[in-house]
Amino acid sequence: MSESHRFKDHHREERIFFVRTVIAGVFVVLGLALLIARYYSLQVINHQDYATRSDRNRIHVQPIPPTRGLIYDRSGELLAGNRPIYILSLVPERIPDLDHTLERLKPLVNINPSDLEKFYDQLQQPRKPFEAVPLRYQLSEAEIARVAVNEFLLEGVEVEAQLVRYYPQQELFAHSIGYVGRISQSDLARFDEDDLRRYSGTHSIGKNGLEAQYEQELLGEVGNQYVETNARGRILRVLSRVDPKPGADLELHLDLNLQRTAAQALEGMRGAVVALDVKTGGVLAAVSLPSFNPNLFVTGISFADYRALNQSKDLPLYNRFLQGQYPPASTIKSIIGLAGLHHNVVDAEHWVRDPGYYQLPNSSRLYRDWRRSGHGPRVDMMQAMVESCDVYYYDLGHRLGVDAMHSFGSRFGLGQLTGIDLPSERRGIWPSREWKRGARGSAWFPGDNLNMAIGQGYALTTPLQLAVSTATLANRGKRMLPQVVRSVGGVERPPIVADYLEVDDKHWEFMLSAMENTVHSQRGTARRIAAGADYRMGGKTGTAQVVAIAQGESYDSDTLYERHRDHALFVGYAPADDPQIAVAVIVENGESGATVAAPIARKVFDAYLRQQYAQPLPHQEPLAGLIGGQRLGGSR
Amino acid sequence: MSNQDFLRRLPTTGQDLRRRARIQQRLHLDFALIFLLLLVTVYGLIVLYSASGQSASSVQRQGIYFLVGYIAMFTAAQVPVHVLRRMAPWAYAVGAVLVLLVLWIGVGAKGAQRWLSIGGFRFQPSEFMKLAVPIAVAAYFGQRLLPPRFKHVVVALLLTVVPAVLIARQPDLGTALLVAAAGLMVLFFAGLPWRYIAIAFGAVLLSIWPLWQFVLHDYQKRRVLTLLDPESDRLGAGWNIIQSKTAIGSGGTSGKGWLQGTQSQLDFLPEGHTDFIIAVLAEEFGLLGVLILLGLYALIIARGMAIARKSQDSFGRLLAGGLSMTFFVYVFVNVGMVSGLLPVVGVPLPLVSQGGTAVVTLMTGFGILMAIATERRRVTRHI
Repeated sequence: MSESHRFKDHHREERIFFVRTVIAGVFVVLGLALLIARYYSLQVINHQDYATRSDRNRIHVQPIPPTRGLIYDRSGELLAGNRPIYILSLVPERIPDLDHTLERLKPLVNINPSDLEKFYDQLQQPRKPFEAVPLRYQLSEAEIARVAVNEFLLEGVEVEAQLVRYYPQQELFAHSIGYVGRISQSDLARFDEDDLRRYSGTHSIGKNGLEAQYEQELLGEVGNQYVETNARGRILRVLSRVDPKPGADLELHLDLNLQRTAAQALEGMRGAVVALDVKTGGVLAAVSLPSFNPNLFVTGISFADYRALNQSKDLPLYNRFLQGQYPPASTIKSIIGLAGLHHNVVDAEHWVRDPGYYQLPNSSRLYRDWRRSGHGPRVDMMQAMVESCDVYYYDLGHRLGVDAMHSFGSRFGLGQLTGIDLPSERRGIWPSREWKRGARGSAWFPGDNLNMAIGQGYALTTPLQLAVSTATLANRGKRMLPQVVRSVGGVERPPIVADYLEVDDKHWEFMLSAMENTVHSQRGTARRIAAGADYRMGGKTGTAQVVAIAQGESYDSDTLYERHRDHALFVGYAPADDPQIAVAVIVENGESGATVAAPIARKVFDAYLRQQYAQPLPHQEPLAGLIGGQRLGGSR
Repeated sequence: MSNQDFLRRLPTTGQDLRRRARIQQRLHLDFALIFLLLLVTVYGLIVLYSASGQSASSVQRQGIYFLVGYIAMFTAAQVPVHVLRRMAPWAYAVGAVLVLLVLWIGVGAKGAQRWLSIGGFRFQPSEFMKLAVPIAVAAYFGQRLLPPRFKHVVVALLLTVVPAVLIARQPDLGTALLVAAAGLMVLFFAGLPWRYIAIAFGAVLLSIWPLWQFVLHDYQKRRVLTLLDPESDRLGAGWNIIQSKTAIGSGGTSGKGWLQGTQSQLDFLPEGHTDFIIAVLAEEFGLLGVLILLGLYALIIARGMAIARKSQDSFGRLLAGGLSMTFFVYVFVNVGMVSGLLPVVGVPLPLVSQGGTAVVTLMTGFGILMAIATERRRVTRHI
């Protein structure tokens, strides 16, 4: 009703509308001002913040791992190299359902339980987000192709090429060169800031042997590249790049042929052979058997493989030449004899009656000679050396006493670290009064002198120490620091004189001729190895007791458990007139230094002086095929 | 100086003006508005080429949409305003039914049901309602005395809110917002008493809690929460807003240059070619580029308001004012949400974001504006 009676007031409506448009206009202006203020705040006031954030978004620094330095033997044979392999790895953050993806992968690539075990193991460990976790190493061409074809189904699955270490000579140098392995949590724990930077992008680190000792030199310097990535992390372009510096190459004193010859001579036995260059101290061969394949460790050893190696009774992981401590036995007699001459306790004409045993004054205890009937009524030092007469040395030990023997022997490096460029060296024991008081809590007894003089009792040496002391003898008192590496990155490491022992020249002449006679005379204990040699050598055999034989009992190898049989030792050098090479051989439970250990040394001499090398056995052919876990896993 | 002098000095100018006015009148077009629209169109296509990852086909497709849009504009401009007014109830009714139908038999993606599929042709009724609602409300008030009485306000509110709620339930919050804005703007221009506005404002404040608790979807709540603290969910809901703010902020005053925006070219910015396209523009052309775009928008709105002012009947006035202000809401919501000022709702940047439907609807709206602009004489002749 009111509606029809009211008239449309056009003016009023227009006025209202005008007011409203003005108000609307004010709103528009205010609104736009608010927007502009907002954009001004983002783009001008906080521009720097967002510009930085945008750069951080797109620009990533990627480390480029350096190529690890190569290791060559003395004649340029490759002992440790790098080879490209293709690695299948997963980025867990990008995989919605891990089990599902693994199921999809199984028909495409061969995945062993041990691969899975290693994969899950690494998955548990802390890592950077979006860091790929390797699943399978050493993909074949066909596997790479199958993964590539199915890539769209496999979100978060990556195939990348990586250089990994390989040891073409397999187990031949396992104990000297050692091996690299994955960088472990304990490695990371001792890394400082700089290490973290240097190892960014690097996956492995030297764990043992030269690989560990020369880790800093071998590693090289990490490079980096600034890359522009998109939101999915794909690299679109490289903005700048600093190339990595490859690690320094190592050239060794070790000789592949000599090493192989020594290893084959010792094949089937447990023991060690060390050959040194007498003049330089260079380590020409260093064998510890049984050995293992270091390639197993490179990309992470499987639990089963490791357990097999670690629990083997033969201790393949044990570095016998560096850490094995054996009684030096009769091989010590040359040094003790020299000590007697040097200290004027005896002279070359001094003789002893050997009825087959020795008795200390005022003691009823019999110290037996290894030959029950004795070596005769007048045994002088020459005969005592050549025939390895114990009674003569019991007497000499008694005359010298522990202090003289300890100080003189120490000059040959006994009981001391040799300082070789390998980690975890053991020092053995060259006993002294102080040592016995400290270690055994008891005084030094006269009987201890006798045992010490024939290298039994408390005395323990490593094969490397025996080789060093023998080289020192051959070098007439100039003890060279043993070195495995001859040059680092082309820079020669000069020979280092560790010690120089001055002894009258006639004493050297006498003792070296005694050692020569041990090999070349009719009654020499090592006479068998002289047969057919067109050069002369010096040496000394040794037979070390593993278990004590009780008073009144005799050693009978048949009744003894195999592992309780005597160790066979031999030390020697050649050629006798101008010694070049010194060798120490120990064969665990080999029983006879003369018949078991000495022939091994002869083969090494022949190889070094006459190039009579052993040929590679089929399984020692340089590695050409797969390195991945599965194939090598079975070839232990 | 007399008028004569002026004419004598610039005789041709006057003739030109008169001739241009005549041509505009005959074609039912507004050259100023068309010029502004063309500027925005070209600007938008340039940005789109970059935002779509330098895809010529995207730009081509969008160009075709614009062609359709300009044809729609031209067509709408030819419809006499009185016809439009008479069609209003029917158009509204059809639109409302279609929106209802969407809820029943609509098709869609990503959990939203927004389209009707008729014989393979997909159609979004809510877009239609962006125009039908303001036309209907304006037509309703055009026959009433203004300022409106309470009863009429209620009817107008129902006309606006019912379709808006239906659309919001699809759910399509962005379109619902624009539809509601269109109706409410007309209501505002009709002279809605201030006390009602105050009451409504109070009611909105009071309804925030129940809305939050019972009406809003989880994803909608998340958007609001993300607005308050984008860093709380860096890789999830916050990603969009963090990346768009980074894109805008890193653009600085003059931008990184066309096709040089790292945020957009390297795919860090999601939805860079659709709702978030202003971030691409801001990154590559900087604050200056943003100011130019906002300036063009402001001129378009101003032109729309001028048309509204010149319109002599209330239907034309209200509709022109409502459409212009809806356009402003469009701009404000999009530009605000991309810069983290408002929660993210699906509102594209008008005339720039990729997409055909929005362009056609917007251009039809501008066609209606032009029809109103050129209607004047006929109306006076009628009276």
